[in-house]
Amino acid sequence: MTALTLAPPQGSAIARTLRDGGVVTWRNLMNVRRNPELLLGATIQPIMFVLLFAYVFGGSFGGGAYREFLMGGIFAQTVAFNSAFTTIGMANDLQKGVIDRFRSLPMSRMAVLLGRTTADLAVNSLGLLVMSLCGLVVGWRIRGSFTDAVLAFVVLLLFGFVMSWIGAFVGLLSGKVEVAQSAGFIWMFPVTFISSVFVVQTTLPGPLRTFAEWNPVTAVADSVRGLFGNPPLPGFERPDGWVADNATLYAILCCIAIFAPLAVAKYRKVASK
Amino acid sequence: MGARFDGIAVRAEGLVKSFGSTRALNGVDLEIPTGQVLGLLGPNGAGKTTTVRILTTLLKPDAGSAMVAGHDALADPEAVRRSIGLSGQYAAVDENLTGFENLYMVARLYGMSRSQSRIRARELLERFRLTEDGDRPSKGYSGGMRRRLDLAGALVARPVVVVLDEPTTGLDPRGRMDTWEVISELVDDGTTVLLTTQYLEEADQLADSIVVIDKGQVIARGSADELKNQVGGERLELVVADARDLAATARVLAEVGSGQPSTDAHTRKADVFVDTGPKALIEALRRLDAESILVSDVALHRPTLDDVFLALTGHAAEEDAGTAKKGAVA
Repeated sequence: MTALTLAPPQGSAIARTLRDGGVVTWRNLMNVRRNPELLLGATIQPIMFVLLFAYVFGGSFGGGAYREFLMGGIFAQTVAFNSAFTTIGMANDLQKGVIDRFRSLPMSRMAVLLGRTTADLAVNSLGLLVMSLCGLVVGWRIRGSFTDAVLAFVVLLLFGFVMSWIGAFVGLLSGKVEVAQSAGFIWMFPVTFISSVFVVQTTLPGPLRTFAEWNPVTAVADSVRGLFGNPPLPGFERPDGWVADNATLYAILCCIAIFAPLAVAKYRKVASK
Repeated sequence: MGARFDGIAVRAEGLVKSFGSTRALNGVDLEIPTGQVLGLLGPNGAGKTTTVRILTTLLKPDAGSAMVAGHDALADPEAVRRSIGLSGQYAAVDENLTGFENLYMVARLYGMSRSQSRIRARELLERFRLTEDGDRPSKGYSGGMRRRLDLAGALVARPVVVVLDEPTTGLDPRGRMDTWEVISELVDDGTTVLLTTQYLEEADQLADSIVVIDKGQVIARGSADELKNQVGGERLELVVADARDLAATARVLAEVGSGQPSTDAHTRKADVFVDTGPKALIEALRRLDAESILVSDVALHRPTLDDVFLALTGHAAEEDAGTAKKGAVA
C-alpha cells in the first residue's frame, strides 16, 4: 500500500465549498431531471394561484387592474415557497441516509446545503419563467425599463435563495419527510398571506397591517411591482413609510439579515465539529 | 502522506454516549489490528450503530477516544474521513442516479478530478459486476446490486479502513453470499474492516475477532472459536421416532449431559450440552436403546455463535432483533 490516507485536497476552503457544492447541485438537478414530477410543485401550484385569485377573487377586486397587481405578489409568493421545497428535499436526503454518506466523506459540510439551495434556485428560476408566461396570458406586462426588469428578477431569485436556506435548516431539524411536509408549508401561509401579495396592506386591521408592512414578502412583492412598472391598485390608500418607499432596498437588507446569521451559525457548528 | 500507525488501524477507548436519558454506549473499547476484520455483534439497540457513527466521525462521544488509521476522530475528523469508506445500514445509493453517476459523485467528493473520477467509477463497476447496468438508474437494481453499489461507493478512495454497518441486513441468501465474497476480497487486499452484524453466522464466516456488545457494553471478545469455547462443550441433538418418548429421552439426556436438556414435541427433537463429546453421545444412545427408544437422527454440534449469545445474555440475538424490528415498523 502506498498512500495510507488520501492527500488533503488543494485549494482554499471557499474554493472547495464551491467545487463540492457544484457536485451536489449536479446530483440534485439529475434527481429533478429523472423525476420531472418534482417540478409540479414549483410550476403548477403558482399557476393555480394566479388563476384562482385572478378569476375567482379578481372580479370583486377590480378585474384587469387586479390581475396586473396580483402578479408581483404571486412572484413573491412563488419564491417564498421555495423554502418548503428545500425543507422536503433536505428531510428526504436525511431520511434516506444520503446526508450520512455525504458527512462521512472528506467534503465541505457547507456544500451539502449549498448544493441543495443552488439546485432549488434553478428550479425556482424555471418556476418564475412559467409564472411570467402565465402572467402575460392574463394581461400582466413589464412596463418598466429592461434593467429594472432584470433587477426585479434578481431580487426575486435572491429572496428565493435565502428562503431556501431557511428551508434547509427547517429540513435538517424536522428529520422525517412527513414532519417536513407540514413544517415546511405551514408557516408559509401566514407569511405569504399577511402581506401585500394578494391585497393592499393598508386594508389590513391593526397588528396585521404592521406585520404586513414589515413583512419581507411585502417588500419583495412591492419592489417587483415597482420595478416592472405595474401600477398600484386604484381606489386604495397607498402604503407609506420608509419600507414602502424603499421596498427594493428593504427586501435586499432582509435577505442579508436572514442569511448572514444562518450562515454564521452553520459555519460555527461546522468549525466546532 | 498519511500519519503512521503502529499495526492498530482502529482503536476506541472508553466510548460513552447518551441520547437524552438513554445511555447508548457505556464504556466501549475495541481494537482492530491492521488488515484484520473485526465483527461487532449484538442485537438491535445494543450500540453497534452508535459505535460505528463515532468511529466514522458522524457522532461525537460524550467521553472516550477514537483513533482511526492513525488519526484522532475527535481532533481531526477530516483526516479520518479521508482514510475510511463507510457502507451504511441503509444503502445510501441515490436511486435516481445511475450506478456510474453514484460512484462518480462520490469520487468527486473525495476530491478526485473529473477524469480520475470517471476512470475510478468504471473500474469499480467492473469489479462489482455492474458494468452492464452501470448506465441505468439504480432505482431498477435488485437489493443485492444496490448493496454492491453501496459497497463500491465505500471503496472509491481505496480506504485503509472500511466500515460496514450491517452489510447484509435485508438481503436474500444470494445477495448475502455476494456481499461476503466482496468482503473476503477486501481482506485479501489488506484492508482493515469493521463489520457490524446481527447474523452470528456472518461474523463466524468473516471476522478474525469478534466483540459482542449488549446494552452499550462489551460483554465478550475473542475469536469465534474462543467464544465458542466459553460456552463449553458441544451440543448433542437427537430426533426420536415417536414424540411420546421425548420425556424419557430428556431424562436420559439430563443424566449424560451438563445442564438442562430442551425438547420440542413438534420436531421430536431433544438436545443438551455435553462436556465429553462422542463419549456422551455413545452413552446416550446405549441408554436409549436399553429403554427401547427409537432414534431417527443424531448429531453432535460444536456450539454456534447463537449458543454463545444465548449463554452470554440469556436471550437469543436474532429473536431479539426480530421483535425490535417489528416494533420499529409498527
